[in-house]
Amino acid sequence: MRTIRAVAFKEIQIYFSSPVAYIVALIFMALSGFFFVRDLGNPFPEASMSNFFQGATFLLIPLAPALTMRLLAEEQKLGTIELLLTSPVRDWEVILGKYFASLVFLLFLLALTSYYVVLLLVFASPDPGPIYSGYLGLVLYGMATLAVGILTSTLTSNQIIAAVVGTGILVVLYATAFISEVVTGIWANVFTHLGFTSHFNDFDSGIIDSTHIVYFITVTALFLFLSIRALESRRWR
Amino acid sequence: MIDVRDLTHYYGPNPAVENVNFTVRRGEILGFLGPNGAGKTTTMRILTGFMPPTRGSVSLDGYDVVEKSLEVRKRVGYLPESVPLHTEMTVTGYLKYMGTLRRMNGRRIRSRVDDVIDVCRLGDYHKTLIGKLSKGFRQRVGIAQAILHEPEVLVLDEPTIGIDPIQVVETRGLIQDLGREQTVVLSSHILPEVSMICERVLIIHEGHIVAADTPNNLAQHLQGVEQLEVEIGGPPAEVLSVLRAIDGATGVTHHPRPGINAYRVQFREGLDLRDEISRTVISHDWSLLSMQVNSMSLEEIFLRLTTSETDDEDFA
Repeated sequence: MRTIRAVAFKEIQIYFSSPVAYIVALIFMALSGFFFVRDLGNPFPEASMSNFFQGATFLLIPLAPALTMRLLAEEQKLGTIELLLTSPVRDWEVILGKYFASLVFLLFLLALTSYYVVLLLVFASPDPGPIYSGYLGLVLYGMATLAVGILTSTLTSNQIIAAVVGTGILVVLYATAFISEVVTGIWANVFTHLGFTSHFNDFDSGIIDSTHIVYFITVTALFLFLSIRALESRRWR
Repeated sequence: MIDVRDLTHYYGPNPAVENVNFTVRRGEILGFLGPNGAGKTTTMRILTGFMPPTRGSVSLDGYDVVEKSLEVRKRVGYLPESVPLHTEMTVTGYLKYMGTLRRMNGRRIRSRVDDVIDVCRLGDYHKTLIGKLSKGFRQRVGIAQAILHEPEVLVLDEPTIGIDPIQVVETRGLIQDLGREQTVVLSSHILPEVSMICERVLIIHEGHIVAADTPNNLAQHLQGVEQLEVEIGGPPAEVLSVLRAIDGATGVTHHPRPGINAYRVQFREGLDLRDEISRTVISHDWSLLSMQVNSMSLEEIFLRLTTSETDDEDFA
């Protein structure tokens, strides 16, 4: 536990002292703010966070890999991985430590967006249910996207490649909903349930369905497991 | 303490080390000596559990580096050649981080961090970002993290490379101090350094151990090789081939100087080639300008061991 915390704490410190994380935060706030206000100019705007939630899932596709790209790729680039892996630290402790650090930064980003909720509460009376469930969904969704980013960062020493490939995988997971509209029969079903979108939308509408929770946790666990395996295999390469 | 058996490691189809065997006793300072690319770093990476060998076994204090990797890693302090450090951390912050990774408890970390900052003379810089330190100070931080957890075995890959001469002397002194209580394995391609610090030297070349002995024995044994320095007036190419043809000459090299062609002829101890050489030179109608017997310096022995292809085995 202490080693996981040490790895995570070090990365969190670096997050909050490096410009990259703040740039990501800035982009996220600016664009999610845009999504948030998009429909508020309508004649009869709805006091909901739905536009923000939908926008945020879209934004996380490039931004989650941007947050995680450095975590393992840089250690491999600088060679610090050599001291990390020759310390008495298990590979899964390394991966979990790095992952928790990125998760903490994501939670920090989402905490910033509570500002939108405050605005809604001041100027209107929104339905609180979908806001709670939406944030829960967003956290779960974020967990999965970060896990994908961790995997690609483990696989390469090049941060740009890590980010681009991570985004690519997330685009595929995001876009399966569109594939399901094109194909028919059982495949439509498969693609619907495989991707992120169908699982997130219920949270957005105020429904907390355990199957969706299980889905996101499974995806997260799968990609973290693959990351641990990838790190282990690094020793053999 | 360390037991290496038939160690072989391949990068792709090429062996980096092949069938290497050696043991290191507790408290011994062992030096790996060899040119760049000889397989020193590969061997050290395997010793520290960073990567497993393709074949063969390495055990440290009875723990196999592959099977009981975690136990091995607890007992080893490692300074990689490139001294990779987290440049965005302060010296103290980094050492505390490494201490936690080494599973030391909070109190021990605090006291040991103070100790190593003292030992490695980092006192004035403990709050400085590592990225702002000079190469020499980074090297000290690298050594500080390696000895932080008082490991039983210290593995130092080229510990004095790239630092200024005064720091080199300091670092050597530090390693000798550490070697009183700990087992130290270090690598270098600087021969006097290894013979100064180490109790035993392994000369490694192209993935094979070509010699293993104490520096003194190695020097004595190898001084059995003698060398003549001869200056001859004549066409260099022909002279070279004629000298090489002399029975008993094990190596001939050409060292042109302005106006003079000098040659170094190496031969086995006990032979005397002077007579033979002078007569050969005269018979070819060249002029013999000077001839002098040299004992080989350790540098030359090292070069010879690692460059000649003929009788490496004789010294192993």
